[in-house]
Amino acid sequence: MKRPVCGLLARWLPLAVAALCFSQSAEAHVQKGEAIGFLTGLRHPVSGLDHVLAMVSVGLWGAQLGAPAVWVLPVAFPMVMALGGMMGLMGIPLPGTEYGIAASMILLGAVVFFELKPPLWVAGSLVAFFAIFHGHAHGTELPPGQNGLLYSMGFVCATGLLHGVGILIGLVHRWTWGQMFLRLAGAFTASMGVFFVWKAFA
Amino acid sequence: MYDGLLHFLLSPEDIVPVVALALLAGLRGPEYGRRALFLLPVSWFVGCFLGTMFQWATSWPVAAISFLIFGGLVAANAQLSLRAMTVLAGLLGLVHGWMNGAGVPWSFSLVGAYAGLVAGVFVVVALVSAFVIRLRPPWTRIAVRVAGSWIVATGLLLLGWSARRG
Repeated sequence: MKRPVCGLLARWLPLAVAALCFSQSAEAHVQKGEAIGFLTGLRHPVSGLDHVLAMVSVGLWGAQLGAPAVWVLPVAFPMVMALGGMMGLMGIPLPGTEYGIAASMILLGAVVFFELKPPLWVAGSLVAFFAIFHGHAHGTELPPGQNGLLYSMGFVCATGLLHGVGILIGLVHRWTWGQMFLRLAGAFTASMGVFFVWKAFA
Repeated sequence: MYDGLLHFLLSPEDIVPVVALALLAGLRGPEYGRRALFLLPVSWFVGCFLGTMFQWATSWPVAAISFLIFGGLVAANAQLSLRAMTVLAGLLGLVHGWMNGAGVPWSFSLVGAYAGLVAGVFVVVALVSAFVIRLRPPWTRIAVRVAGSWIVATGLLLLGWSARRG
């Protein structure tokens, strides 16, 4: 027969509280900037509409293409983006970053709109090429004085989750209205890309 | 003991490579999981004492390199032999344990702290590898590989941070 949970609690809770009262504090260290580093990194990719639309588009395109692209593209993008971020952090210049980001929106929006289905290596190379620009922009914008590791973890998680959002939205591709909806989303992303190109020139 | 345990749990540069190794072991199967589970804490314990004894730490970005190696192996779903897994687990434990121990002056209380640290390693490897071993649907194993790619991406950025700091 099972002992009632309330009875167990009544017996052991005072003992646990007493043990906690007599325990010493542990002296683990928290490194500089850890408290806000992860959250700042998590917020950074979602702070710009250009980055958000491009990353969600990668997920949408992956969902349109199906397996294995649905997971290859979202794996390729964060890894190559981090490579671009590393270049930015190391001070290696990349000309035309803003134009590259805007062009990524136009092209990724266009491929989603036209539902293009190139070979996997072409799709992967296109996504990876533009990921360099996004990563470089983030790398040069990373704020000093925060814990680099936690910032990077938050930054990568946010990027991956944005792709995940794109894939989840892309699940509507199985329905006819969903295919139309995705194409409209691609058109919106491409038109926003045109706006960002104009903004970069202005 | 709690100092060591909390040190490990609050140090992402240590816990993430351990999680990556556990993911890798979990992907490969129960035998690999058991090998990692018992070898990694032992090598970590030895590394801690060696670090304390020699009091020397490398200036290399050890965490970034570990992220790249172990995250890359998970992302690639590397078909490692059991011997290779043994070597990797031993190296990870020795290097990170050494970095934990270096710079800490010797005292008898360190034994308890290192025991707590190693207990943390044991628990994390046990939980993560057991969780991955039980995963059956194909998409869940892909999700594990995606997690590996995120670890690689974090390692690349960390390498950039290290280079910027000089």
